[in-house]
Amino acid sequence: MAVEVARLEPRRRRFSAAGGPRYPGWLALPAVGWYLLFFVGPLAILALFSVAERVGFSTVVYTFNLDNFADLWDPLYGKVFLRTLQLAVVGTVATLLVGFPLAYYLARYATRKTLLLLLIVIPFWTSFLIRTYAWLIILAPDFPLFRALRWAGIVPSDLQILYTEKAVYIGVIYNYLPLMVLPLYAALERMDWSLVDAAQDLGDNAWQAFRRVTLPLVLPGVLAGSLLTFIPLTGEYLVPVILGGDLTVYAGNLIGSQFVTSRDWPFGAAIAMVVVGAMTVAVLLYARLARREEQFGG
Amino acid sequence: MGRRLLGAWSLLVYVFLYAPIAVVVFFAFNGGRQVLNWDGFSTKWFGEALSDPTITGPFRTSLLIALVNALIACVLGTALAMAIPKMRTWVRNPVDALVYMTLVTPEIVFGISALIFFVQIGNWLGLSSILGFWTVLIAHVVFNASVVALVVRARFVGMGQTLEEASYDLGAGPISTFRQVTLPRLAPAVLAGGLLAFTFSFDDFITSFFVAGAGTTTLPLRIFSSLRFGVSPIVNAAAAMILVLTLTAIVVAYLVLRRTERKELAWQSR
Repeated sequence: MAVEVARLEPRRRRFSAAGGPRYPGWLALPAVGWYLLFFVGPLAILALFSVAERVGFSTVVYTFNLDNFADLWDPLYGKVFLRTLQLAVVGTVATLLVGFPLAYYLARYATRKTLLLLLIVIPFWTSFLIRTYAWLIILAPDFPLFRALRWAGIVPSDLQILYTEKAVYIGVIYNYLPLMVLPLYAALERMDWSLVDAAQDLGDNAWQAFRRVTLPLVLPGVLAGSLLTFIPLTGEYLVPVILGGDLTVYAGNLIGSQFVTSRDWPFGAAIAMVVVGAMTVAVLLYARLARREEQFGG
Repeated sequence: MGRRLLGAWSLLVYVFLYAPIAVVVFFAFNGGRQVLNWDGFSTKWFGEALSDPTITGPFRTSLLIALVNALIACVLGTALAMAIPKMRTWVRNPVDALVYMTLVTPEIVFGISALIFFVQIGNWLGLSSILGFWTVLIAHVVFNASVVALVVRARFVGMGQTLEEASYDLGAGPISTFRQVTLPRLAPAVLAGGLLAFTFSFDDFITSFFVAGAGTTTLPLRIFSSLRFGVSPIVNAAAAMILVLTLTAIVVAYLVLRRTERKELAWQSR
């Protein structure tokens, strides 16, 4: 069989069905030009700005000094970066904990998988702003459910969620859940569940079988979902602005405020470069873990 | 863990996913002056929203930007999707990386980069400010061209090239082959990609926030600026309308894609 395929290969390639119709490569030029001019160009200017100097209120002189980065070496900003790291790590883990049982159920037990999966993705495609805004209503102290819970004495009367970090975490889990669930589902869907049965027949309890069989096999999906959640969280801007109070400042908000209120653009550019740096580290770490997984896992 | 427990958890997660959307739409029908104090069913706030020029103006701006953005993104993205599969690896890999980068870069980073970029261009041209409609449009096309490219490419790669070969054999040139053979088969994917590009632009907040300048307001910017003063019934009605509009666009995009897939399967199994 293998020999036959190998022999057929050269002939089939000439009329290959894969790869689609043949059209010239220059068709890519308009889009690539657009990317180079309006995406790579701005990012290059961002890098230039991060080492530029602000003179007076809003004049910027192109130089090469690292003062902007040195200014970041301050306990005040250190706190912001730590809080951002915490948001990205805890937010990712929390989203994983909420999403994993769902993905597991969908992959192993659910009957109408396509529809259920679609129902997870649909909210993700609607306005991020309005989805976040909706929590402003639900978490408001006046929200009927809240009033009822308070009246029944189930929650303390001074419980405040809105404008605290709690609200930020709820908003984050809500908005990034689909990004986590899809790769998890893709990995769990490929699982051969008879392996779990085999482990249990051989004396593992349910938890041991999960830890020793399921988890190692779906780890690539867990990594991919975590990366997809972690990356945008390092630069999260909107959720803290809407649901967090004035005290919940993250790196994304620090960047934004340099452009909206303080107008220190080079400093804002420097913070953005730090975020991009953290993001790149996460991606490289992921690539490394994923490669190791490919070599030794599975 | 038991199957029932997992099922119950999943149900809770679905409630969690849809409750906020349902709450916004539900309270949009509240006739009272305060969003959360129910004061009878009424559609009056939709009427108020639609006759408030500070909402209809931004609505028109958003609609126009989203439409033009979708058109440009469709042309750029489709052309890119058709060119990528046949590229050599050393060209394809960086182009691929560029496409994905436009989608994963945190919007705040892209937003401020675009702001600095446009302001510098304005300075070089000697103009006081070029921020506005056009800069929002240009910035939106960056990530939406990638969205269209990804959607169209999935379809393009899967459709084989035998019909195009036949078209060439029968004497058609590349342009008429594209127009008569490839485009009709690609159209549903282009339409679906375009609808997604439309909603992503229509919904975009962060990028618009930084590159819109003082004179241009899109609908999400208008909604955001009112949030500082709490939740108002007019804005809530506008938000409900946006939700319904984008949900419709997305479901249509999905149905279009699924119908073509089914047709294709039926065609293949003949």
